[in-house]
Amino acid sequence: MRRVRRTGCIKPSVFAWRDVLSESLAGMLQRPGRSALTALGTVLGVGTFVAVLGLTATTSSQIDTRFNALSATEVTVEDIAHEQDEFAGLAFPADADARIERLNGVEHAGVYWPVRLAPGELVRSSAIAGSDGAQNSIDVVAASPGVFAAAGTRLAEGRVYDAYASELAAPVAVIGAGVADRLGITTLETHPAIFIGSQPFTVTGVVADTDRKADLLLSVVVPRTTAERIWGRPEAGGGKMLITTSLGAAPQIAEEAATALRPDHPEYFKAVPPPDPKTLRGQVGDDLNQLFLLLAAICLVIGAVGIANTTLVAVLERTGEIGLRRALGARGRHITVQFLAESGALGALGGLVGTSLGVLTVVIVAMFRNWTPVIHPVTAAAAPAIGLATGVIAGLYPAWRAARIQPAEALRR
Amino acid sequence: MTGTVAERAAADPVIEFRGIGLTYPGPPPVAALRPCDLTVERGEFVAVVGPSGSGKSTFLNIAGLLDTPTSGMYLLDGVDTGTLRDADRTALRGLRIGFVFQTFHLLPQRSTLENVKLALVYSGFPRRERTARAREALEQVGLGHRIEALPTRLSGGERQRVAIARALVTQPSLLLCDEPTGNLDTANADSVLALLEELHADGMTVLVITHDPLVAARARRTVTIRDGVLSVSDTEMSEVAR
Repeated sequence: MRRVRRTGCIKPSVFAWRDVLSESLAGMLQRPGRSALTALGTVLGVGTFVAVLGLTATTSSQIDTRFNALSATEVTVEDIAHEQDEFAGLAFPADADARIERLNGVEHAGVYWPVRLAPGELVRSSAIAGSDGAQNSIDVVAASPGVFAAAGTRLAEGRVYDAYASELAAPVAVIGAGVADRLGITTLETHPAIFIGSQPFTVTGVVADTDRKADLLLSVVVPRTTAERIWGRPEAGGGKMLITTSLGAAPQIAEEAATALRPDHPEYFKAVPPPDPKTLRGQVGDDLNQLFLLLAAICLVIGAVGIANTTLVAVLERTGEIGLRRALGARGRHITVQFLAESGALGALGGLVGTSLGVLTVVIVAMFRNWTPVIHPVTAAAAPAIGLATGVIAGLYPAWRAARIQPAEALRR
Repeated sequence: MTGTVAERAAADPVIEFRGIGLTYPGPPPVAALRPCDLTVERGEFVAVVGPSGSGKSTFLNIAGLLDTPTSGMYLLDGVDTGTLRDADRTALRGLRIGFVFQTFHLLPQRSTLENVKLALVYSGFPRRERTARAREALEQVGLGHRIEALPTRLSGGERQRVAIARALVTQPSLLLCDEPTGNLDTANADSVLALLEELHADGMTVLVITHDPLVAARARRTVTIRDGVLSVSDTEMSEVAR
């Protein structure tokens, strides 16, 4: 009997990572048409994913910009004195405007409240009732002079009443352009008067437009002192203060306002700062988002099924190649790795192309809407990885099948 | 590893079957290859002949480590293959056996050179040495000028020679050819057989499995399989026939 060598030193087969990479790339690039079609599902899925997230980010950042310009510099102070003490009355002091405007960062501030007229008291352009038809639906607003500045009113004609007129409780009124039309006032050169109930008011200005408090355009605005003199104090909780601040100062002003107004009773006020842009962004289009992301997920699943299908067909088609590789020393796991790498590469390619298309979509849409395209870096970075994961998952079953093919069987083909 | 072909030559026969047989479990059990003994010494050129269905494929699968026998002991280069783990058998197959198939099994989208290099992937040859070795193997089979050609642009004989180059590139102990001329016309078959003879003359151990008596006639020794029974015929018979 001859000596039998028990060799424990057979060098095991290997499949170096660089070889895995080049084999899978070769497998993909050698059938470019089929690879493209296979990757299409992933392209669509990942593309939708990126486009949805990108468009959402773009829209909400758009909302942010609009929001920054006006709302971020606006603080509203509400009178909640009646909640603390039912006999408190109007909590805003007479010099409220001046007290607030002394704060750093405040640009303008003014107190206002809707005047509650008695049922018979209507706004009209002449003293004689019924001559021109009572204008029932015109609101009367009592406002300190600071409200006009804070609301950013632009006048069509005349001027707004000033602190002096306010101090005198003069019977003057500023009316919105819409009100002027309805009352038939075309010019202020004739010093027209209007009547609220039986009280005459001289119209000093016509408001053409405002940045905030657009309801001023449909109202008759009278000094708060005058309103107090004629109609008394506002009903509980009716009084409000509008404060405009320089950019970024709003949250701080909101904290300081109550104390500045009434150091003795800061609890009489509730200051409403602008909403936090971050929470605002989160809320925008959340529902629609989820729907589209669901669609993207469905596309990905379809893409995965596509890859799985094609890879399975490829495995059956390449049975001979699998047998050959086994004959050349490939182990079952090497075959698994190769097919996983191929489907993974297909998925990653689809992911890359999809990401590019998604980004392109966002940019084009933003361009047509004159928006700034915004895509979160994480979105763009994660998308190809999602494609890769899709490909690898899709390849699991075919690769497992491929590894189970018996080489002797496969080589007979 | 046990070193180069030359070092291996000193020690053991390439193939040593001791009572090798394969029976597929039933019911009813089918004896694809009845227990047999066979020794192929280094540098031999042996033909295994037999009609289809005789057990040639079973013999090929066992000799090529693609299938495990149900009885007996198979020593390849003196290594008892029965005791090896599957991974080691696979590695041994990749390193020591060069396969040549009837249908070539070339990857159609890859160049001649890449097809030959494929044989070096799993045996862990350094990447930078592969091209040189593959080129060398292609020159050995007379295709040094067609390294960039796709297999689809080659004649049948050329394709089989590429496959032989692929089998040779790992410097195996055994060239295991399964009907190497089965898909070739006479002229191409002749050139392939001439190449095999040339390799044999250079010291390569060649085992050809065929049903074609003309192919078998080129071998120095013929082994016949009929109905699963392997019989070693007179060594000198084929020599005389030539």
